[in-house]
Amino acid sequence: MKILVCIKQVPDSNKVEVDPVTGVLKRNGVESKMNPYDLYAIETALRIREEMGGSITVMTMGPGQAAGVIREAFAMGADEGVLISDRKFGGADVLATSYTLSQGIKLLGDFDLILCGKQTTDGDTAQVGPEVSECLGIPSVSNVCKIIELKQDAITVEMDMTHDIEIAKVQFPCLLCVDKDIFMPRLPSFLKKQATKDREIRVISLEQLEDKDEKHYGLNGSPTQVQRIFPPESNAHREQWSGSGTELGKRLYQTLLDLKFV
Amino acid sequence: MNYKKLDQGDLDFINGIINDPERVLYGENINEEYSHDELSDTVSYPDIVVKVTSTEEVASIMKHAYENNIPVTPRGSGTGLVGASVAMEHGIMLDTTLMNHVLELDEDNLTITVEPGVLLMELSAYVQERGLFYPPDPGEKSATIGGNISTNAGGMRAVKYGVTRDYVRGLEVVLPNGTVVEFGGKVVKNSTGYAMKDLMVGSEGTLGIITKAILKLLPLPQKAISLLVPFPSLEAAIGTVPLIIKSKSAPTAIEFMQREVIMDAEKYLGKKFPDNSADAYLLLKFDGNTTEEIEKAYEGAAKICLEQGATDILISDTNEREESIWKARGAFLEAIKGSTTYMDEVDVVVPRSSVNEMVEYIHNLYHEVDIRIKSFGHAGDGNLHAYILKDDLSDEEWEHRMTAAMDKIYGKARELKGQVSGEHGIGYAKKSYLFESMDPATVEIMRGIKAAFDPKNILNPHKVCQV
Repeated sequence: MKILVCIKQVPDSNKVEVDPVTGVLKRNGVESKMNPYDLYAIETALRIREEMGGSITVMTMGPGQAAGVIREAFAMGADEGVLISDRKFGGADVLATSYTLSQGIKLLGDFDLILCGKQTTDGDTAQVGPEVSECLGIPSVSNVCKIIELKQDAITVEMDMTHDIEIAKVQFPCLLCVDKDIFMPRLPSFLKKQATKDREIRVISLEQLEDKDEKHYGLNGSPTQVQRIFPPESNAHREQWSGSGTELGKRLYQTLLDLKFV
Repeated sequence: MNYKKLDQGDLDFINGIINDPERVLYGENINEEYSHDELSDTVSYPDIVVKVTSTEEVASIMKHAYENNIPVTPRGSGTGLVGASVAMEHGIMLDTTLMNHVLELDEDNLTITVEPGVLLMELSAYVQERGLFYPPDPGEKSATIGGNISTNAGGMRAVKYGVTRDYVRGLEVVLPNGTVVEFGGKVVKNSTGYAMKDLMVGSEGTLGIITKAILKLLPLPQKAISLLVPFPSLEAAIGTVPLIIKSKSAPTAIEFMQREVIMDAEKYLGKKFPDNSADAYLLLKFDGNTTEEIEKAYEGAAKICLEQGATDILISDTNEREESIWKARGAFLEAIKGSTTYMDEVDVVVPRSSVNEMVEYIHNLYHEVDIRIKSFGHAGDGNLHAYILKDDLSDEEWEHRMTAAMDKIYGKARELKGQVSGEHGIGYAKKSYLFESMDPATVEIMRGIKAAFDPKNILNPHKVCQV
């Protein structure tokens, strides 16, 4: 079975600052790591390979240093790595990103199964996976929390619909976005890291893609216009009261009443 | 000892000082929790529990208790394992959990001044948010800092950073007669007379009541990476520990764990551990300021592990990965507790070069005494925790086999020139083992110290060195 896993490098912090002037995320000085959801996708791929045999290719789009997450995937057991990298891909929204990824995938050939994390922890849109499947014309299932049955030609999975679980059987080729805890991701291995430190990472730029029209990529290909990015307001307001239990109870009740909680 | 039984007059006096009926628990209002600690079967109710909020309250009550010959037992979260915070002679229990304020963060001197009821997890979170680091890291994060100081708690970073005592700069202490004194201070060096502060650390509430602590802080290391190292057998894993220590690669922690305990923790937490391929693991942690610096530091240790038969070295280098491992490690005690009907523990410490011998001895005891024993621990500092499990044994059988196992373990520790307790203390439950292992002349000096602090023997009687 040929498996592809889409992965992404994200900031290793949930306190990313936004440049107040440009509205762009300040990534300088923040260490990066693999998007945590992608670890579940890689683990899922490894488990499927253990059962069905085959190979795992990981693919990421980003600047040169994004190769770090590919090396990490090698240390977990992935076989091949592809970096889609070109200045012209910069500033892409979810649509342009999905299109670029799908162009890269077409170039690599046919995969039976494409796995993505449910979402990234920096953008949090959860749109890129399903959009890639649209671009490729294959079915996709999101929020996959369990694999029920794995066959040569199809996979049956559970998808978490918040209030209920839906079971879906999909034919290969297909794309699955996996939720956290589908499997506990293994840790990168020091031995594998050493064994793969010289393994080549294939780099794909615009001129290798089938569609070479610059207008379809990066900022040019992005209909989304970001008006403003801001971190969500965090409410750190705290009050400390002292008094007897009865007094505090009355005060708490009055406060909840004033705030219209009761 | 003839103590005065608490009467209405004492109750009125205490109520007069506290002036808040919710902070004074009496008779039936005393929760069952106050009659024991986390583990030992030492059970005894206090006559009254007072939730103190200030040094003045502690001093007034202590003075009254001294004048009236009423026993007093100080208590934090009650997470002790040897009965040190159980009121053996009943009387007054001073609960310090409401004294839970951070009083001062002195960034010029890198010290923090806290009340004794601040929880360990609150303390470490408070300083970490400010880029600072309080290194002692015992597994029980809901213990109070007062309790940690009273047992000289160690924890998982002791290999590199030492134990609680190394981070206590100064203490405010209420003596048994109600006098308030200060031991030590913010100074880094101190050769001014006897080391009173150090005498207080580890005194298990028998010499005075800690009402304020000045703790030393370090700059927070920017990054930590752990290595989870699978080995085919416990012997191979533990045999590697002395070699790592000898290699001078300075990990902050070296822990060992077995698959069984990991599986208990998975069950207890409802969360999978990142690996279950091996029978035994070493868990090494390294800290530093950059990934490169840490990678360089662990390379030597990784090589030694592989030479000793490790099947791989698994790298935990993100917060999520660290949490998946260390959260399980932190839950081992509770998880083992949940896997049996009742248990007792051993907290021996041996010289680091003998740690493998001690671990293997405990491991094989299982067959010899025919009782289930689970162990894990701070292999890197020689401190081992072995839990002897009752399971379905009758009380009589349990008593018999448990005592046999304990006697053997403490005997082996003595043979290896170890000590009865590495970090949990002596309290009430381990006294007999202290008497067996300690030179009688030393015990006499300890009793003399106790008498100098507490001539009427009203503070936490029957603990540590007292019969």
